[in-house]
Amino acid sequence: MFLGFFLALRAAGVKASLREFLTLQEAMQQGLAGFDTEHFYYLARAILVKDERLLDKFDVVFAEHFKGILQPAPAGVDGVAPRELPREWLEKLAEKLLTEEEKAQIEALGGLDKLMETLRQRLEEQKGRHQGGNKWIGTAGTSPFGAHGFNPEGVSIGQEKGRNRKAVKVWSQRSFKNLAGDAELGTRNMKVALRRLRRFAREGAPEELDLAGTIGSTARNAGYLDLKMVPERHNAVKILLLLDIGGSMDEHIHLCEQLFTAARTEFKHLKHLYFHNCPYDSLYHDARMRRGDSMPTNDVLHKYDHTWKLIFVGDASMSPYELSAPGGAATFYNAETGQVWLQRLLDAYPKAVWINPTREQYWQHTHTIGTIRKMMDERMYGLTLGGLDAAMRQLMQ
Amino acid sequence: MRFEGTESFVATEDLKVAVNAAVALQRPLLIKGEPGTGKTVLAQEIARALGRDLLSWHIKSTTKAQQGLYEYDAVSRLRDSQLGDARVHDIGNYIVKGKLWEAFEADVAPVLLIDEIDKADIEFPNDLLLELDRMEFHVYETRQTIKARQRPVIVITSNNEKELPDAFLRRCFFHYIKFPDRETMERIVAVHYPGISQLLLREALTSFFELRDLPGLKKRPSTSEFLDWLKLLLAEDIGPELLRETSAAKLIPPLHGALLKNEQDVHLFERVAFMARRG
Repeated sequence: MFLGFFLALRAAGVKASLREFLTLQEAMQQGLAGFDTEHFYYLARAILVKDERLLDKFDVVFAEHFKGILQPAPAGVDGVAPRELPREWLEKLAEKLLTEEEKAQIEALGGLDKLMETLRQRLEEQKGRHQGGNKWIGTAGTSPFGAHGFNPEGVSIGQEKGRNRKAVKVWSQRSFKNLAGDAELGTRNMKVALRRLRRFAREGAPEELDLAGTIGSTARNAGYLDLKMVPERHNAVKILLLLDIGGSMDEHIHLCEQLFTAARTEFKHLKHLYFHNCPYDSLYHDARMRRGDSMPTNDVLHKYDHTWKLIFVGDASMSPYELSAPGGAATFYNAETGQVWLQRLLDAYPKAVWINPTREQYWQHTHTIGTIRKMMDERMYGLTLGGLDAAMRQLMQ
Repeated sequence: MRFEGTESFVATEDLKVAVNAAVALQRPLLIKGEPGTGKTVLAQEIARALGRDLLSWHIKSTTKAQQGLYEYDAVSRLRDSQLGDARVHDIGNYIVKGKLWEAFEADVAPVLLIDEIDKADIEFPNDLLLELDRMEFHVYETRQTIKARQRPVIVITSNNEKELPDAFLRRCFFHYIKFPDRETMERIVAVHYPGISQLLLREALTSFFELRDLPGLKKRPSTSEFLDWLKLLLAEDIGPELLRETSAAKLIPPLHGALLKNEQDVHLFERVAFMARRG
């Protein structure tokens, strides 16, 4: 009974277990739901969902699965069953990612594939340097190709810093400054905030006198002294810090340096790796992000298990393609989209937050911030003391 | 016997289904929700509605799972041994029963409230898995096994400060108390202040929900705070026209101290009120 529903729930990410499924069967056998679909909905919800963040997913699956069987949509779905998106909407999703004003700003060429195709043709056609104009690859024009332009779908070639900070591709190997760990000034406040993230554990050799334990065991021992020793307490929290570097992050570098310095002294187990805009199949040990100096993301996932807490530091501002399209990465060809990699990381590390140095009031103006924020289940915080504090609380939950 | 809410507690349909299912299938019921939505009160009301006793176990950050079962008072025994008390020979004299033991021993299965389970150490729920599942535990000192005569109705509340382990969650029924909508709120107020004037109630509710909708509030006022505020309004004999007052300097509701509990929120509200006045 309801096996299909159960499987659909699991597929949607509501990880109900077999045990809970059997409990539902038991409840149905006892006739707890009566013959009322609404009661069945409440009953199934109480048994199968254990986290209020998953309630919405449950509602969607429920409405989808019992569509047609239940004439009136169950309460809690706001009386409206979710509709399927028209096919062409999905196909055009990539284009839709750009805001209306961006589209109005300039008339762009077709999809990403078309863009790359045209670029290849132009590269073949073009000889010599070009500036201005609206077709040839050069600088400061409105053609989708070239640097320092304003075409939101543009491909930037050989530029140091993105002007609109949205280049779909940056075809040059950047070398950026390492986030140095010596910016000591002004990090105290951050350390205090980070200090929330402490989980003391006693590990290692017993060296400290356990006073309470000694008293207890002496009393149990009918008054004969029985000394107890325990290992020293220390912070056992493990942090995996992934830092966005380069491009639009340049203006936040000072703040990020401070955060990094504070984190380095505060945590004993801290592993930091770099990425540019969005993590893909490899992460870098060094902020210069040289190919040879990288670590496959899959190895990271295997080496650091789920007890590590994941902290992203990045402005999450990039071209929508870098998140959603294969081959959209700024520096190389990525077979799988940034979203896939991000989701993989999020699945591997249930404790994860995104710390964003962009000021919170500007978040709504960048589409990819919204997308990533949604993927993070709203666990995105500003790089302010209040934001850090909230992020650390979230990690400690 | 079914739980249908009581004259002093308004239960929504989904809450009733969850409670009745948990009682019928003898599973613990985990209740979450915003603070002040009546999580703790629910257990009292279930006990009243079902005619059972209520045992409350309030959890603190230092509470250990073992304390719910029993504690061995070794220090008393040590003292008694020094004084030559005869009681010292029976270790059973120094076993102090915990709430769970009491609940297991009762003649009529009581309602056991484990309040704010998220306050305790992160391992706390795991330490109670077997006890809640089989409803029995072993007393090591006296070598006896305590088994529940009847399975008590267990209500567990959580404020979401820590996440609970999956193994624990699998054994529970779960209900999230949503913040009541206007209609439910009216029913709740009717239960608490049956004689209240409709006009005052309408204005108070409007002010209250507007206040809750204010973006950026650090702590949004809850049902219980709204009830306190109403009580104050009644005590001070403040009329509905004062609440409706939208002229300058009156934008902040009277006696707002009952609703807004920190100064940033009061400042925020004043700022918004000021802007609204200008606009």
